[in-house]
Amino acid sequence: MHILVLLKMVPDVVEDLEIASDGRGLDLDYLRMILSESDDHALEQALLLKERHGGKVTVLALDAPEVDDALFTAAAKGADRILKVVGMDAGFTTRQASRFFAQVIADEPGLLPVDLILTGVQAIDDLDGLVAPLVADELRMPYLGIITGITVDGSGKTARAIKEFPSGVRGEFEVKLPAVLGVQAAEKPPRYVPVAKVRAAMKSGKIESAEVPTLADGGWLAVNVVEMKRNEPASHAEMLGGATDQVCNTLCGILAGRGLV
Amino acid sequence: MPDALYLWILTLAAFSLFGYRVSGYVKTLAAARAENRWDHPGQRLKLVLVQVLGGRRLIEEPLIGVAHLAIFWAFVFFAASFFWNLVRGLFPFLPIPFADQVLWMRVALEVFGVLGLVALVVAAARRYLFPPDRLEKSGDASIILGLIAMVLLSSLAFQWRGWRAMWWLHMVTVLGFLAYLPYSKHLHLLAAPFSVFFASLRRGSVPASSPGASRLEEFTWRQLFGGLACAECGRCDRSCPSFQGGFALSPKMLMHHLKELVRGTADGTDGNFVGRVVKREEIWACTTCLACMERCPVMNEHVPVLIEMRRRLVGEGDMDKSLQEALKNLNRYGNSFGAPPRARARWTQQLDFAIKDARKEPVQYLWFVGDYASYDPRVNAATCAAARVFHKAGLDFGILGDSEQNSGNDVRLAGEEGLYENLQEKNLKAFGRARFQEIITTDPHSFQVLTHEYPATNGAQTVRHHTQLLSDLILRSELPLRRKLRMRVTYHDPCYLGRYNAIFNAPRRVLAALGLDLVEMPRNRTYSYCCGAGGGRIWMEDPPIFNERPAVSRVNEAAALAGVHTLVVVCPKDLVMFQDAIKTAGLENKLDVKELSELVEQAMG
Amino acid sequence: MTGSICVLAEQWRGQISEVTYEALALGREVADRAGVPLTAILAGCNCREMTRRLGAADSVVYVDHALLAEMVPQTCADALVQVFAGARPRVLLVPLTNISLGIGTLVGIRMGVPVINFCKDVTISGEKLEAHCVMYGGKIEATVEAGAPSGPQPAVLGLWPGARPADKGRAERDVAVTDMPVVLDDAQAIRLCRYIEPEAGDVDLTKEGVLVAVGRGIQDRGNLPLAEELAKALGGAVCGSRPVIDQGWLPLSRQVGKSGLTVKPKLYVALGISGAPEHVEGMKDAGLIVAVNSDARAPIFNVAHYGIVGDVLETLPALTAALEARKAAAPHA
Repeated sequence: MHILVLLKMVPDVVEDLEIASDGRGLDLDYLRMILSESDDHALEQALLLKERHGGKVTVLALDAPEVDDALFTAAAKGADRILKVVGMDAGFTTRQASRFFAQVIADEPGLLPVDLILTGVQAIDDLDGLVAPLVADELRMPYLGIITGITVDGSGKTARAIKEFPSGVRGEFEVKLPAVLGVQAAEKPPRYVPVAKVRAAMKSGKIESAEVPTLADGGWLAVNVVEMKRNEPASHAEMLGGATDQVCNTLCGILAGRGLV
Repeated sequence: MPDALYLWILTLAAFSLFGYRVSGYVKTLAAARAENRWDHPGQRLKLVLVQVLGGRRLIEEPLIGVAHLAIFWAFVFFAASFFWNLVRGLFPFLPIPFADQVLWMRVALEVFGVLGLVALVVAAARRYLFPPDRLEKSGDASIILGLIAMVLLSSLAFQWRGWRAMWWLHMVTVLGFLAYLPYSKHLHLLAAPFSVFFASLRRGSVPASSPGASRLEEFTWRQLFGGLACAECGRCDRSCPSFQGGFALSPKMLMHHLKELVRGTADGTDGNFVGRVVKREEIWACTTCLACMERCPVMNEHVPVLIEMRRRLVGEGDMDKSLQEALKNLNRYGNSFGAPPRARARWTQQLDFAIKDARKEPVQYLWFVGDYASYDPRVNAATCAAARVFHKAGLDFGILGDSEQNSGNDVRLAGEEGLYENLQEKNLKAFGRARFQEIITTDPHSFQVLTHEYPATNGAQTVRHHTQLLSDLILRSELPLRRKLRMRVTYHDPCYLGRYNAIFNAPRRVLAALGLDLVEMPRNRTYSYCCGAGGGRIWMEDPPIFNERPAVSRVNEAAALAGVHTLVVVCPKDLVMFQDAIKTAGLENKLDVKELSELVEQAMG
Repeated sequence: MTGSICVLAEQWRGQISEVTYEALALGREVADRAGVPLTAILAGCNCREMTRRLGAADSVVYVDHALLAEMVPQTCADALVQVFAGARPRVLLVPLTNISLGIGTLVGIRMGVPVINFCKDVTISGEKLEAHCVMYGGKIEATVEAGAPSGPQPAVLGLWPGARPADKGRAERDVAVTDMPVVLDDAQAIRLCRYIEPEAGDVDLTKEGVLVAVGRGIQDRGNLPLAEELAKALGGAVCGSRPVIDQGWLPLSRQVGKSGLTVKPKLYVALGISGAPEHVEGMKDAGLIVAVNSDARAPIFNVAHYGIVGDVLETLPALTAALEARKAAAPHA
């Protein structure tokens, strides 16, 4: 079977995020990019399916800082083919990203036919849409999101996908393949691949490039960020300061006052 | 002559069995990985003299040690006499007397014979009447006690009574023993002198980069030889904090598994040695404290074997989630916490003076701070104290700020070679951009790897631990101490300073200069009991069942000292481990942990 | 319905979700200010009586079809596109939850209108529509405009839980219902086979009055007993955010958040929890929220009533000790 995984790099929020001088976006100089967490799970799920059913895994990513590392890591983990879409202007939105993906999938030789397209359920910067349903719409494939388990039946024509509902309830869906699934979590946490293997992949492997397609309608239903600022959380909570013991006593007093102690 | 004929038959049989077995071992070892252990032959011979003939490590456990030494020397003489007698017996026409017919030989044999028998009685009493905790009930041991007794008794009986039967009994017993030797743990008799000769001369050195080992041929011949040389004395187990803590690891069993691998009796000759014979929990349980290797009388190398096996597991991504998370964080952020790199030097904001950025201006001392000292709030107080001490002492020092990465010591010991190389590369690049004359560090883990594994970047690069620096300053009267701290304290020798680098006196000199009354714990200096954090263990999950965490055992040991309420440490991980252990053990009112810098600061006034 | 504010109601297993009421509360405000009607849209199968619960709206459009029994995103979007075919709303509010995720994106693309996710608030003044969004795991606030060079056009807004108090959107009454038939392709590629119920845990979090929640900041499974002691001192139970459950430190029955339980205890103590929207969704309506985190900027402080910036592993036992000291000192009732 052939599984295609779509990867997107997003700002790494471990560091404090700084706002650009125009106040309308993040300061790109100041941030590092990291693979979107649920995309990492999508890759893991794809590799698990490959281990179970055989076949190959192709990984397609959009060019961004540090994307090469993510792609070589995917190769080291077991991806058979790694490609990136290049030539975009910076600052593309999720809708544009999805269009890039869909068109490259259709045009680039060897990406189709595909049985499953997996990508993360949602990224932290998916402001104007989600990749999975948009790509599904473009390619006219079925879509389901918030997936935490996938099994493919013997014929390879349908899959059973587990979707999360609220309150710990899950639903088992039958999905006709080929389909696009938005992965919430892989059945196992993303595997560890030793640095030496990634380095080896960098030496021996190659990332193929696919030129970004020009989108027919340029501006394209864009949303404009008028202003961006950092969340100042302490404006909501009353912050208790001081030495640990002092703070705990104060808190105890508050709780007692509310009859909670 | 029928006597000689019988002797020939017996001798040929015994030697054949012996030779067959030994040549099998040699062939197996020849198929293993190469390792050069022929350098510095003079040093190696000296080691054999001291450890094999002198039994230095053996007598660390005085009663059984001296007893064993006596048996050893009895053996030497009896072996000599045996071969003498064998030659004489096989070639009756030789114009030489039998060994016991020569006076000085006869006397020596008698003296050592008696001593040996006494030693055997002591050994037997220890084994059967007063066995130390968890002494393995070994059939092998009983057989050998019996055999040696028979050898000595028969020889003595022949000497004193001239009973020919005794002579024959003696020869047959020894020949039998010779044939039996390579099939028992007493192969160590032959192997030990070699294992000592081929010991590692670089204490605590990590094996050269490799993809790891699980198959026989992936281990080096010296690592495998350890299995043959192991006498299963259990000194390693008795000193191992993991074993004593009830974790899965037994260093002695590890050596035993290697022996099985060499003998071909291990169910892992197909490459599943790691995981099937040696369980994962055992491999990960090691804190790399080196206590086992410090105590082993045949100089076996347990830790390098474990590291090779860890490399194999890491290569397959086979490790607990906690360690995985830590390694991922180290790769991406240069620290195990997953904290922002830019926050690495934020602890300096707690000081009322600025610390120089060694990337921007030249300094004399580059202070390599380390992960825990930088990021862990429980350690920040000590880090700041050290900073203030350096500042008050007028030292010209600086730090690398957010260019500093984890030194990689524990990453290497956890088996992630590639990541270690990454971290080292980044650190070396940072060093290259800075200007300094020497490196100081408050972290023994970093000290170890910076000293021994990092290539020097700025010409001749010195690395010192801050206790060494403080000690030197004190010796030169350059540390302005204003008051004496009249307190009873005890001191914990950290593994990477103590056993790894033999730095015991510098910290003690500082303690003395501060006016502190140092009471040593029973397990001090090379006997220091690891806190349990090393080898990457601080990043791993605790196993579900264990007796007592090593750190808890240690703080109990400290708290038991009369009049002592302060445990002094010089390692950030010790600080954290012992603080936690004190809470676990409920010793908050009895014992406090202090980093040395905090006390130095107090004494500086 | 043209130019109205529309809210997509979430129906699941015979219930209207809390987030729907939150969306109606917000929708009501926006509609009143803009002087346009508020319309709720309920898509389902044989659930017309649920329209009564959507009384906060001026009217309800009810779409009934066998294939809409479950809100499968593509099917639902198909239906909504038909609903809006003749009359496009000014705004369509779609909750961002496990039930509705994806529907907004699909409706937006098929209708050719902008989509803005992560919304917490929206202001409309004339042609301008501004959404106030919380992005990047809760760390960034953004004001986003739906690019509209040629006059006001519809926008689909993906709404975070917690935009407004649910009670403000709850109103049960006989509201005007318009039945809207839709045509859906029988050959659906996605079919629900069965539900998998969660295993019953030893504790029902939704019934606890006090919850002590642990997140990544607890660092090690071995530190859980500290949380348990605090829970005991407070007479409550321990729960966790997703990462803790994924690590296997707590069972699924103890998960609070988007895919776990939604809880409303009198007291919620969040320890080492960053406060990403997925978790906050499950506990934002707790009576009193106290958060401890070493990061002063953690988004949890945005929903907490009291915050402590500090080391969780130090504060936790200290708090337990302080509570126990207080209990010991207090006269027995």
